[in-house]
Amino acid sequence: MASPKPATPARTGFLSPAWLKSSGEGWTLLAMIALVCVVLVLISGQAQTNLTILQVAWQQNIQLLLDGLFIGAIFALAAYGLALVWGVMNVKNLCQGEYVIMGGYIAYYLYANDIHPFFGLPIAIVFMFGFGWAVYVLVIRRVIDRDLFTSLLATFGIAIVLQQGLNLIFGPEVQTARSGLPTATVTLGGGAFTFAWIKLTAFLMCGALALAVVIFMKRSRMGQAIRATAQDARAARVMGIDTDRVYAFTYSLNAAICGAAGVLIAMIWVIQPFYGITHSIRSFVIVTAAGFGNLPGVIMAGLGLGVAEQYSGFVLGADFQQATVVGLLLLVLIWRQIIENRHRRVVE
Amino acid sequence: MIGKRLELPGYALLAVFGVLAPLVFPAYVQQIAMLWIMIVFALTWDTMGGQMGYNSLGNIFFFGAGMYIAAVCQIWPWYDVGEYTDPSGSLTTSFTTDQYFLGLALGVVLAAVGSVVLAALFGLIVFGLRGPYFAIGTLGMAIAAGELIGAWDWIGGGGGIRLPVFPSGTDADPLFRVPFGDIHSADLQGVFFYWTCFVLAVLTFVFLRWLYRTRFGLMLNAIRDDETKAEALGVRTQLYKTVAWSISAFFLGISGALFGNIIGFMEPLEVAFPTVTFGIFMVLMALLGGKGTLWGPVIGATLFHIIKEVTWTHLLGWQWVVLGLLIVVTVVFFQQGIVGWLQERRPEWFGIEVDRGTAGQRADAEAAEALEAALEDTGGPAREPAR
Repeated sequence: MASPKPATPARTGFLSPAWLKSSGEGWTLLAMIALVCVVLVLISGQAQTNLTILQVAWQQNIQLLLDGLFIGAIFALAAYGLALVWGVMNVKNLCQGEYVIMGGYIAYYLYANDIHPFFGLPIAIVFMFGFGWAVYVLVIRRVIDRDLFTSLLATFGIAIVLQQGLNLIFGPEVQTARSGLPTATVTLGGGAFTFAWIKLTAFLMCGALALAVVIFMKRSRMGQAIRATAQDARAARVMGIDTDRVYAFTYSLNAAICGAAGVLIAMIWVIQPFYGITHSIRSFVIVTAAGFGNLPGVIMAGLGLGVAEQYSGFVLGADFQQATVVGLLLLVLIWRQIIENRHRRVVE
Repeated sequence: MIGKRLELPGYALLAVFGVLAPLVFPAYVQQIAMLWIMIVFALTWDTMGGQMGYNSLGNIFFFGAGMYIAAVCQIWPWYDVGEYTDPSGSLTTSFTTDQYFLGLALGVVLAAVGSVVLAALFGLIVFGLRGPYFAIGTLGMAIAAGELIGAWDWIGGGGGIRLPVFPSGTDADPLFRVPFGDIHSADLQGVFFYWTCFVLAVLTFVFLRWLYRTRFGLMLNAIRDDETKAEALGVRTQLYKTVAWSISAFFLGISGALFGNIIGFMEPLEVAFPTVTFGIFMVLMALLGGKGTLWGPVIGATLFHIIKEVTWTHLLGWQWVVLGLLIVVTVVFFQQGIVGWLQERRPEWFGIEVDRGTAGQRADAEAAEALEAALEDTGGPAREPAR
């Protein structure tokens, strides 16, 4: 409440009745706090036990941090794809997570046929690029100029088609694509945590991919065209850029990025046809928190989300891992709204 | 709103069908009861999405909330809920006729009231969000609710709750003297819930029909067309939005309470908070019929339900893929819906006067275009600029 408010009556105290009356955000905050309290009361016993474990066996923290960072990097990669599509085309792609899971199943398919899942990376990139192009031509091109709910709902429909299709092809079992890399158990100060080489490898691959995309966006003609279109589509068209092609390329690039992220996820974690929606929500959390065109922000938010999820999964129980992601989504959305409201009031 | 020419036959048709259906198609009573629930889904979604322009993907939350509230109300006056829902099933239960109906009545009333309270509470949280953020936020809300309920052991957790069994009374029992009927007691549950669902659908329709003609309905349309301007003109948007959501929640809560009892078993992810089935059906049905119209959701729900029931079993596992495709096709190619399409082609049916001018066909085409633009304008909020 420190922001200067020109030409408004005397400031009211935080959480005072007058402040609550004057701002919807006060009530919003109170309602959220009440909700969080209810949830915490419901789960408190279990959570306290787990917190004690974290204090006594402190090596578990290292485990959670490492796992969180490794998985968070991949979340950030997929979220970067969403930021691209969202920023350039203003399409909120709700089938983001399904592309991730599709990439994962490519890796799993190779693994099931005795081919090393590493080969899934180039295959997924090429395949998902083509798939994204087809989806763009069939659906996205027709909704890009319509209101935002249309694109949201259309991509939600695509998400349902994809998850159900994957379910029919691969079945509802939870799968993983084993890479065969060794796992080391590190002993430290009387406790131990496990360190899987595949996680580090996937982390490095993820970094390399992100670097490649960034260089592509900075240096190549297409990358420059994409950035120009993002800034002003009309001006880009006037300058001779085929924006329809740019949109198609952006959407396909996003699908390819997601596919690559999916291959990595299949190797270090698990995939299942219906896990896509959570990945979509993760991407939304990260992009909403970081904004688009803000690569460091996306990376930080992605890593943060990965760690937060690992901790909540451990402290609150695995049942709450997905609820945590969704809860964070609501928090981030509302936080963004509060910032915007405050900005609006300052402008007034 | 559909023109007078079609309105009266429409009412007559629905009323006759509603009353005669359980007698003519006794084997399909449950499916037709589901049709009424679907109509309630589409109508209440349209209050938000069509009339107010707030496209909620999480309205199903109130359906599940109503279901759970009703279930708890049906159990706790007579048994300990924690013991009742214990998966080991050590507790043997039986409900007398009085207990059952008292619990059910209490459950329906409290499901409605509880859903309204929840709508008011969550309205404080989510109504700051606009446009697609609202859609994503409400979707998240419904998913989170399903996950959290699944972790709450007192009400059965992921294992769900088995609801009290409908009493198998004798014909001597006055409660079971069903009109028009020589009905076996096994069918009584079906007929009983058929009538409650039918009454619910009729009440919802009549109430919304009245509501959309009041000043309140105009306020909702004002919020849809331009919320900022409405606010600037002194419309208390937050209040109207919350009340509109509470109305949706009221009817959805009741429908959840009834649905749980029809199925006889509830579980958080697939039955109570089915975001990707019923949750998206309601959007699809309203869009298919024509959002922002009174009859659109009814027509859309009827059509969708018939298509679904007829084709579902023949699709051999592909039904959900077809559902997704149906969403995509409807959204991309046929967003104005059936009623919207009719309004474009036959405006005179709806009492919309098209000025035909004197210059023949050219003026005709121009008028049609202008009308189309005008209709599109009312179809939803303008595209927001990229942020």
